[in-house]
Amino acid sequence: MTPELKGFLLVSVVKMLLVFTITMLGVAYMTFMERKVSAWMQNRLGPNRVGPGGWFQPIADGIKNLLKEETRPRSANLALFFLAPCMSFIPALCVGAAIPWAAPVPVRFDFELPLLGRFSHDAVTSMAVADLPVGFLFVLAISSLSVYGIAIAGWSSNSKYSLLGGLRAAAQMISYEVAMGMSLVPVLLITGNVAFSNIIGAQQEGLWFALPLMVSAFVFLVSGLAETNRAPFDLPEAESELVAGYHTEYSAFKFSMFFIAEYAAVLTFSGMFAALFLGGWDLPFTHWDEQPGVLQTLVTGLVMAAKTTALIFCVMWIRWTLPRFRYDQLMALGWKFMLPLALVNIMGVAVSAWFGRDVLHLTSPLALAGLLTAFSAVVTVFLFFVVDRGYLVRGVGSLDFMASRRTRPARIRPVSREAA
Amino acid sequence: MAIGVKVMRRPERENSYLRAALKGMALTFKHMFREPWTMEYPEERSHDDQRGTWAIAPRWRGTHRMLTDEQGRAKCVACGLCPQICPANCIKLVPGEDEEGNRYPLVYEIDEFRCVFCGYCQEVCPEEAIHVGVHYENAEFSRDRFVYDLERLSSQTHAVSTLWDPTDPAGE
Repeated sequence: MTPELKGFLLVSVVKMLLVFTITMLGVAYMTFMERKVSAWMQNRLGPNRVGPGGWFQPIADGIKNLLKEETRPRSANLALFFLAPCMSFIPALCVGAAIPWAAPVPVRFDFELPLLGRFSHDAVTSMAVADLPVGFLFVLAISSLSVYGIAIAGWSSNSKYSLLGGLRAAAQMISYEVAMGMSLVPVLLITGNVAFSNIIGAQQEGLWFALPLMVSAFVFLVSGLAETNRAPFDLPEAESELVAGYHTEYSAFKFSMFFIAEYAAVLTFSGMFAALFLGGWDLPFTHWDEQPGVLQTLVTGLVMAAKTTALIFCVMWIRWTLPRFRYDQLMALGWKFMLPLALVNIMGVAVSAWFGRDVLHLTSPLALAGLLTAFSAVVTVFLFFVVDRGYLVRGVGSLDFMASRRTRPARIRPVSREAA
Repeated sequence: MAIGVKVMRRPERENSYLRAALKGMALTFKHMFREPWTMEYPEERSHDDQRGTWAIAPRWRGTHRMLTDEQGRAKCVACGLCPQICPANCIKLVPGEDEEGNRYPLVYEIDEFRCVFCGYCQEVCPEEAIHVGVHYENAEFSRDRFVYDLERLSSQTHAVSTLWDPTDPAGE
């Protein structure tokens, strides 16, 4: 091995350990945050017994889950029953590897170790574990693998609740994946690249994509909630009807792994949303953060953490506000609203980008972003304030709303005695 | 209608889910900054009466208490009405009589596990001896500790229940 390769491996291992540790710690404290946020929203106090202000609660929870008794159903398919938690745990952690968590940092070292030989590295290193050229395609691909873990958990438990939960999860995640993928096509249209570093670069030149691609961001947020099985899309574990859904039969650490997987998915989803639509690690209104440097990396890392935490809070806020969708509403929302909206949005963004580039000959990215912002503002207002009078995103009521609009509901006539 | 019922108008057409959702989220956000309604139980207790709203009701029917006279003897005259009326059959009474012909309980035990806390024993007692109490902290480490004998019933100090009065149904 060359010293350069060894240096690269060393840097990668360090980054992996960093990302893994931060993800696991983040997940632990997300459970704490979830409980605190829900408590505040319900005028309660939340966990406050373990340690000062309850801050050691996640550690206590972890120890409890490790020491608890493992139960397994007698008629379960044991091999798959054991495999399923790992299958949802691994993709959830893998996804974090592709997201750049801070500005690239210049790393330079050259040293010798006994037995191992010489290590050297001299490059501006991306703060993603792997800054893949396939970017968000990798994230979409890997995050959709976690559906296997959930579906297999549901099937192998040999319990009706688990099976129904697994089926629902499979149907839901596959449905919303389509809309999710489609919602990211406009990002590709504007940047011409799927790599996260290029996307963040494009946002630094122009505006954060949450503004010019408002509709995309909306569709991505909603389908991301559905992908990570968070309320109001938590039908796979709907406790009021399915006990706990796909993880009904799991206990102790295997349950904990599903739990960690869910929160890790939320964490990486929030990180991905921040990277794609909120400028990633970009510090707004300054170009100071674009020069490579250790201080810049630290500051941008904090900026990224703040954006991700804010998004995680939003996800929790949505969970503790909105009631769960009915199953048919979920499917109708995914296929009849989100997917067409994403397709129309691709058309709209493509047309306005063409209009800006080829008709108005706008060359600066900022002007183009401004044009797109105007376009999406018009679309958003039209969509949610003019068109949407309960027809598009319909949370309550029947699905055949167009029919009920045309015809009045039939009156119930008293049955006459003669007819009887 | 005696009880005020708030009739919710269900959303019909003309309502956007998204805007309704945003309205709901604004509400939950506002709630984050309100004072919590909860009481931190082991430190704050209802009978501390720090917040008036958290005191237990005077009609609360908890574990029993036997009242005593000036000499410290139970007021009970072992008439046998309370084991007779008890629907859970949880009162064990063995009557005794002294030289002057006064009846007193030789054995008086209440099995608090069987008791349904209906308060009939208090209601039926002619001597106002047995009472249900305004008390809820009953935890013990073993099951046999839940059979309260006469000594234990007499030594309880918590307030006794004010039972429901049919002439004053609202308790005013």
